[in-house]
Amino acid sequence: MNDGALAIVLFAIVGGALRVSTPFMFVALGECLTEKSGRVNLGLEGTLVLGAMTAYAISFHSGSPWLGVFAAGCAGSVLGAMHGYICKLPKVNDIAVGIAMMLFGTGVAFFFGKAYIQPSAPRLGSFSLGAWTGNQQIATALQINPLLLVGIAVAIIMAWAFANTKWGLIVRMTGDSAPSAKAMGVSVDLVRFLATTIGGFLAGVGGAFLSLFYPGSWNQGLSSGQGLMAVALVIFARWSPIRCVIAALLFGAAGAIGPALQSIGITQGYYFFNAAPYILTLGIMIASAGSKRAMRDVPGELSITK
Amino acid sequence: MADVAEPLRAGAIAPNHWADLSIRIRRSAEFVAIPLFALAVSAVLFSVFLFLLGKSPLDFYSLVYRGGFGTAFSLQNTFQRSAPLILTALAVAIPARIGLVIIGGEGALVLGGFVSAAVAIPLVLGKLPPIPTLIIMAIVGSFVGAVWIGIVGYLRYARGVNETISSLLMTYIGIAIMNFFVEGSLRDLTNPNKPSTMPIGDNYMVGKIPGTEVHWGLAAGIVLAIVLHILMTRTTFGFAVRVSGGNPRAALAQGLPVGKLIVICCMIAGACAGLAGFFEVAAIQGRANASLAAGYGFTGILVAFLARHNPIAIIPVAIMFGGIVASGGLVQRRMDLPDATVLVLQGLTFVVLLASETLYGRFKIFQVGGSAERT
Repeated sequence: MNDGALAIVLFAIVGGALRVSTPFMFVALGECLTEKSGRVNLGLEGTLVLGAMTAYAISFHSGSPWLGVFAAGCAGSVLGAMHGYICKLPKVNDIAVGIAMMLFGTGVAFFFGKAYIQPSAPRLGSFSLGAWTGNQQIATALQINPLLLVGIAVAIIMAWAFANTKWGLIVRMTGDSAPSAKAMGVSVDLVRFLATTIGGFLAGVGGAFLSLFYPGSWNQGLSSGQGLMAVALVIFARWSPIRCVIAALLFGAAGAIGPALQSIGITQGYYFFNAAPYILTLGIMIASAGSKRAMRDVPGELSITK
Repeated sequence: MADVAEPLRAGAIAPNHWADLSIRIRRSAEFVAIPLFALAVSAVLFSVFLFLLGKSPLDFYSLVYRGGFGTAFSLQNTFQRSAPLILTALAVAIPARIGLVIIGGEGALVLGGFVSAAVAIPLVLGKLPPIPTLIIMAIVGSFVGAVWIGIVGYLRYARGVNETISSLLMTYIGIAIMNFFVEGSLRDLTNPNKPSTMPIGDNYMVGKIPGTEVHWGLAAGIVLAIVLHILMTRTTFGFAVRVSGGNPRAALAQGLPVGKLIVICCMIAGACAGLAGFFEVAAIQGRANASLAAGYGFTGILVAFLARHNPIAIIPVAIMFGGIVASGGLVQRRMDLPDATVLVLQGLTFVVLLASETLYGRFKIFQVGGSAERT
């Protein structure tokens, strides 16, 4: 491999990381909020798929992709609200409900999405971070979407809010100890319901990115596990929104290795690179599970790490 | 004296015996009644869903009946599809007994099926007779599945890695491994349509149960369900598993090898799913390709939860869902509904079923005076 090809691969990985990471980022931020409140929503994979379908359909009918993004968020919050409501019933297991919501969300998305596989909907625009270099290849590789910046902004706001606002304190307290939240007169169920609903909204927006920007079409194989990986990623990010962004970029880069190598004609091991994000996630889970640092940051009420 | 004592004793024992039985019936009635109630509620909700879309719910249910259970042909088709469902549901139910929620049956099925198809290639080319070939395929397929889910169990015990997430990740990895080989070195180049391994050939296929069109996988599933039920309820191993699932700390304090039990349960689960993959290859497809990932692993999760992780109850529930899956094509054609209709129905049923967990212990009729609450 000569230097030129290496540079193209590197730019393709960086550009790919910026593109691929956005859905990871939104789902991880949504899950981060939900888990901070002490509940796990494993159903965000279904939310991601339903968000992608809704965004595509609404964008197709209205002609406005941003309306599609908003609709995807709303669809996601409906699923989140369902999860939040069912889990507040006594004796109901949030992990099992998450699995059910995953299947339900995917089923509903495929059901209504069948009509939208063929038609072409207006996509979200993009701008290039590499335009100043004047190099066409670099400019194309570094195309990014405003949603990436929105995601980063949401992460910064969330991190600030957790640390500095009354609402942030209430969410953290609910997640760390339900009895103390009750003692303070906070409705634990309501806080968790809202956290799951807003988390669902964010995951839905992440789905909109999949269908309206990259890969930029709607089909049934659009998401295969990104939503689930994002959930695993929150543990790695130790429940910090800023670290969620960094972890999402890392995952995006891992996911971009395969296509980047393919772009210069290396197709060997394509399926291995397709599996790379899953293997990376598993490796990260093995490395971070049970580590003392992760255990220090885990919200006390969480069932997933027990 | 003896003449008098005899009827007295009989009279003293008999009512106790009957009271015992009635207590047991009333207790287990709850475990049947509440899931049935959840099924009914989801049927009603799904009817509303269809009604809102302008489709007739009555048409839907009568088509499901006709396509799944109505004729001898559709019933055999249903049994055919229940076989992998029984096995993948066992793959959820057995780890559930020790407190693990494993949802990676699909991956073990795909990988078990793929490896059994791959191992068959040299055996078929080497002209080994069908019976030993199939036995080797079945053993290798279940072994691969057992290792695959066994890894999940080991990670759970040794590192505390959440088994639900890791098992699903392993599913994606398993499917990627199969695609890697099926579209690469093991691809049958004489078949241009769909990347597949070399077909094992008609002579090597698993036969039908005599007098039916149903392959032996159904019998294997039923036998395995009964054996595992006995293992879980009538043996020391099963008792140790249930203790560990109920209270891991108490189990550890008793000196039970909890880690070993977790890995064994996961390996049993993986072997069941791998065996399902073997039957899909050796009785239905004849080769390994992407059709192996048909969603049996995911429907199996719902079957297991609906059967409350009881291996015997899994059999009728799997047949019911086998029928719903089997009728999918008919419903699709006659009512102009997408094939995902079945997925919506399954997802809805699953959500309602889990919500119904909250009803346990709320009805007086099932409660027996002085009994400890069971959840």
